[in-house]
Amino acid sequence: MHLAYPAVLSVLLFCTGLYGVLARRNAILVLMSVELMLNAVNLNLVAFDVWLSRAAEETLHSGQALTLFTIAIAAAEIGIGLAIVLAVYRNRGTSDIDKLRDTAEGHEADASAGDAAAAESAAEKAEATA
Amino acid sequence: MTLAAAAATAHATATTTAADAHGFLSPTGVEIAFLLVGLVTFGAAIVTVTTRQLVHAALWLVVTLGGLAVEYLLLTAEFIAWVQVLIYVGSVVVLLLFGLMLTKAPIGRSPDADSGNRWAALTVAVASAAALIWVVVDAFRTTWIDLDGAPAGSTEVTGKALFQNWVLPFEALSVLLLAALVGAIVLSRKAKAAESGTESAPPVPSTRTAKGSDKGGVR
Repeated sequence: MHLAYPAVLSVLLFCTGLYGVLARRNAILVLMSVELMLNAVNLNLVAFDVWLSRAAEETLHSGQALTLFTIAIAAAEIGIGLAIVLAVYRNRGTSDIDKLRDTAEGHEADASAGDAAAAESAAEKAEATA
Repeated sequence: MTLAAAAATAHATATTTAADAHGFLSPTGVEIAFLLVGLVTFGAAIVTVTTRQLVHAALWLVVTLGGLAVEYLLLTAEFIAWVQVLIYVGSVVVLLLFGLMLTKAPIGRSPDADSGNRWAALTVAVASAAALIWVVVDAFRTTWIDLDGAPAGSTEVTGKALFQNWVLPFEALSVLLLAALVGAIVLSRKAKAAESGTESAPPVPSTRTAKGSDKGGVR
């Protein structure tokens, strides 16, 4: 198999994930795009490991070992990330990244207004569900 | 040094002869299968990042990850393929769906799924894709993966490599996973304790504790 096939597919998946990270607003959709990027890297690692395990005399199978490590770290990352997103949602009533501007510079008025609106909507939501 | 140089030149000649043996315009069956599954995978990834229905995005992510597992199988990395199915399709997507539902994602179309800078994002993505494809294709034009013979990633091979050469990172990784689990539990419990300790709004605690116990069940 030509090595360009997996390499190009990996590039395309990575750039799709890049677009998703930059363009999405929902935090969970951003996490999905990060998963896409990690999977693109995994495909690259596996393809190059298969290629080098044929070309070299002795191999440590480092590509496949690193792929397993990446999968495990991605699982840990998604757990922590979702815990953070749920904590933010519980405190702010939204998981919209564009509204979380507390540490942005030059948007103080914006941030406080957005904060107040978010708190208000959260209170409304709590009343509605209670 | 000279030995290494000689080996490098021998390797270079070997790759060129391999390139001569293969043809650019005569793809093998494995390449055609890889191309078709790759098209499905890429299309599902595009839908994942562009659809306006949040739950559909998670379900298309399942198609993408399953397609990648098939690609691993075509590259003879069987163990990685099944690990991919088990961990990604089995647990990560389920966690993402739980997250979507716990944050009360709208079931139908949500018009604000994309932010205002999507055209800038599209520009960046297309530019980086063009640059990377150009570099990668130019660099590996005459490189071929030899897929004949014993599979490069069977469970036996991967297990031997993992438990002979990679034992220490493997154990460190298990500690990392444990730390991540404990961290997730702490993140979801501490907020609850702080809320019930500091806030005194009457109608709020019932819903919030219910949500918290839900999440405890998920973990």
